[in-house]
Amino acid sequence: MSQPSISKSMTIGESGLALIFAATAFLCMVGAAKAVDAPFAFHASLAAAASVAAVFAILNRYFDRPAELPPQEINGRPNYNLGPIKFASVMAMFWGIAGFTVGLLIASQLAWPALNFDLPWTSFGRMRPLHTSAVIFAFGGNVLIASSFYVVQKTCRTRLAGDLAPWFVVLGYNFFIVIAGTGYLLGVTQSKEYAEPEWYSDLWLTIVWVTYLLVFLATIMKRKEPHIYVANWFYLAFIITIAVLHLGNNPALPVSVFGSKSYIVWGGVQDAMFQWWYGHNAVGFFLTAGFLALMYYFVPKRAERPVYSYRLSIVHFWALIFLYIWAGPHHLHYTALPDWAQTLGMTFSVMLWMPSWGGMINGLMTLSGAWDKLRTDPVLRMLVVSVAFYGMSTFEGPMMSVKVVNSLSHYTDWTIGHVHSGALGWVGFVSFGALYCLVPWLWNRKGLYSLKLVNWHFWTATLGIVLYISAMWVSGILQGLMWRSYTSLGFLEYSFIETVEAMHPFYIIRAAGGALFLIGSLIMAYNLWMTVRVGEAEVQAPIALQPAE
Amino acid sequence: MKAIITIQNIASDLVTTLWTPLFVAIFVGIVTYALWPRNKAAFDEAARMPLRED
Amino acid sequence: MSFWTRHQVFEKNSIILIVGILVVIAIGGLVEITPLFYLKSTIEAVDGVRPYTPLELMGRNIYVREGCYLCHSQMIRPLRDEVERYGHFSLAAESMYDHPFQWGSKRTGPDLARVGGKYSDDWHVRHLTDPRSIVPQSVMPAYSFLAKTELDPAMIADNMRTLRDVGVPYTDEQIVNAVADLKTQDDPDGADADAFAKRYPKAAVRNFDGNGGAPTEMDALIAYLQMLGTLVDFKLYNEKANLR
Repeated sequence: MSQPSISKSMTIGESGLALIFAATAFLCMVGAAKAVDAPFAFHASLAAAASVAAVFAILNRYFDRPAELPPQEINGRPNYNLGPIKFASVMAMFWGIAGFTVGLLIASQLAWPALNFDLPWTSFGRMRPLHTSAVIFAFGGNVLIASSFYVVQKTCRTRLAGDLAPWFVVLGYNFFIVIAGTGYLLGVTQSKEYAEPEWYSDLWLTIVWVTYLLVFLATIMKRKEPHIYVANWFYLAFIITIAVLHLGNNPALPVSVFGSKSYIVWGGVQDAMFQWWYGHNAVGFFLTAGFLALMYYFVPKRAERPVYSYRLSIVHFWALIFLYIWAGPHHLHYTALPDWAQTLGMTFSVMLWMPSWGGMINGLMTLSGAWDKLRTDPVLRMLVVSVAFYGMSTFEGPMMSVKVVNSLSHYTDWTIGHVHSGALGWVGFVSFGALYCLVPWLWNRKGLYSLKLVNWHFWTATLGIVLYISAMWVSGILQGLMWRSYTSLGFLEYSFIETVEAMHPFYIIRAAGGALFLIGSLIMAYNLWMTVRVGEAEVQAPIALQPAE
Repeated sequence: MKAIITIQNIASDLVTTLWTPLFVAIFVGIVTYALWPRNKAAFDEAARMPLRED
Repeated sequence: MSFWTRHQVFEKNSIILIVGILVVIAIGGLVEITPLFYLKSTIEAVDGVRPYTPLELMGRNIYVREGCYLCHSQMIRPLRDEVERYGHFSLAAESMYDHPFQWGSKRTGPDLARVGGKYSDDWHVRHLTDPRSIVPQSVMPAYSFLAKTELDPAMIADNMRTLRDVGVPYTDEQIVNAVADLKTQDDPDGADADAFAKRYPKAAVRNFDGNGGAPTEMDALIAYLQMLGTLVDFKLYNEKANLR
């Protein structure tokens, strides 16, 4: 590394990856030619095109770069690698708006079914996985990858490990999103909720995800700080557990290696248990542990105070990841899953309330002595309100996992409302807060283009969330009660369709709430765009100007 | 109904009877580690990591 | 030198952290999932549950493809109102050949676990083509394209072979005759009806979409819907023997 090389040559990574992509392009062309169904041919062609593009990108980058790879340090300061983070941040904003838009569409379809347009690819059943994957994996995933690459560099005081690997992670992950999303529209799905992508997308994601783990881990290993900061623990638990869950839930046998259809190895009750072990922990480790890492970095950073109690964060971490993994069976209360498993799921779900609130207290109390900042800094307000929503939905969750409550809430909109108080309020707001922090840092700007617009975003989105979740509470509880309502003569009082009809006004209110949330995100995108375009550049810290020894 | 001695029965008995004390022990261990006075300085130092700029 | 020795410890620490995370997250999953594979009581002992016929299987794949599970559950809970509204509560045995399971998690529309035989084929054709012509308040999307799309039986035997590899007990005979059986089930005047009935006891043979000609996706989906929940005869089901 320190040896001065005179002639420029390709690294093993560059030549090896270019060769692998060239071979992949060839294999994908063969796959496209021999495909047994049209979606597979389409995806194989896409993959071939992407592989060719990757080869060109690698070669182009090689010819453009100087003989030496970017140094680890410049003037004694870590030479942070920000390119992949910038890309993932932009993609997060893009997929966020796309995912919220599809959400608004499917919410409107439930109020006005004519919006299904009688076409296969615009019907609710195909658009709904597009919505959930776009907001969870595309928006949330890009936020997590961008923020984790930023936080791990900053808290380890070292440049991100790998040269091409970080780019492979962000580009490969977004390619996975494209394959998954277009697949849903073409009817390619395993029908496992939040794990709908078919076998070949799953395999590709596995490769990308292992690379992600290796980049993250290698960066931690070469850190210049003695301690691994708690945010990185949460990121690590998120990355590892998602890998385990993905592998456990998705083993499938393709009908043909040239076709999109596969059959999952698990069947019936075991498949149900695997699915909700996965499904609940996608919430627990993707949407909770991952975003708690954001909380543990961005809240202290923005409030300019250390986290309230580092000791509490240690207990929070271990208790949370231990308890979460048990909670899955509460999605299967009163089903054909054996009772002992349901009881275990309920018990641990209720216990989960404690570490969840421990984390919430830790986040909120970080502001003690700095509460006045909430008045002046709408970004911090967004972060803090996200933690409050986290506290609310982690109280609601354990409550809904109690069997008597669940007997009413299950299968109704109450669940949808609960998910969205977590998704919009917690994941959405903590992500927005983090992106508002990250964009000026990444593009070297003094601050955001407009704090006033952040304020507008905050209030529009908050109003949207309130409309959304209160509409779903009312419709969910109402429908649950109508289903079990009896006349004085002992007959069921309502036919099913009467309960559907009763939902109509709430579906309109929900769609209005979603529209407000979407408008808020458009305000945000404009604000961030202007921050990058016209924002005032941050003056470099004087230390960078000192000569190296 | 029960009482058949098989590996699975023994294993399930062990799991059903021993996990509560085991988990309590692990939990107490973590809390002890987190609250151990000697660790305080290191934790306070760690908590300041995001705030240091370079 | 001292930096190097310290550095090694740090590396070990991040590995220790990973091992700790793996151990902690493994416990819950192992305890909850593994017994489901060896406890005999997990799946009830019942008669009548059989693998899907080729036509039903293709219908089921359409059900999966269109995301029907997102609005319709196939899991009746043992609660008074559900049993009265939908029928006997669902057994684990009834979905033991389901790869993947279709229990669902939301009832925007009603449960379908026992929808088989509840409505006529004609009702289903009209309802799937234009739901609001039958149920004005319905919010279900229209699936008029199903009746216009012919089934492609090319891969059906491969589908059944793959299912056999993951544990569904299809016989060689069933796989060899897959394409013929698919057509036979949709054609009441077909020649192989007797052999088909032997391979798939009590499976319905009729023209499901009410339109002659090659089987369509509408035929397949209705064949699937009409058999849902009909395999177990609950007059013969021994509730006490399967208490768990």
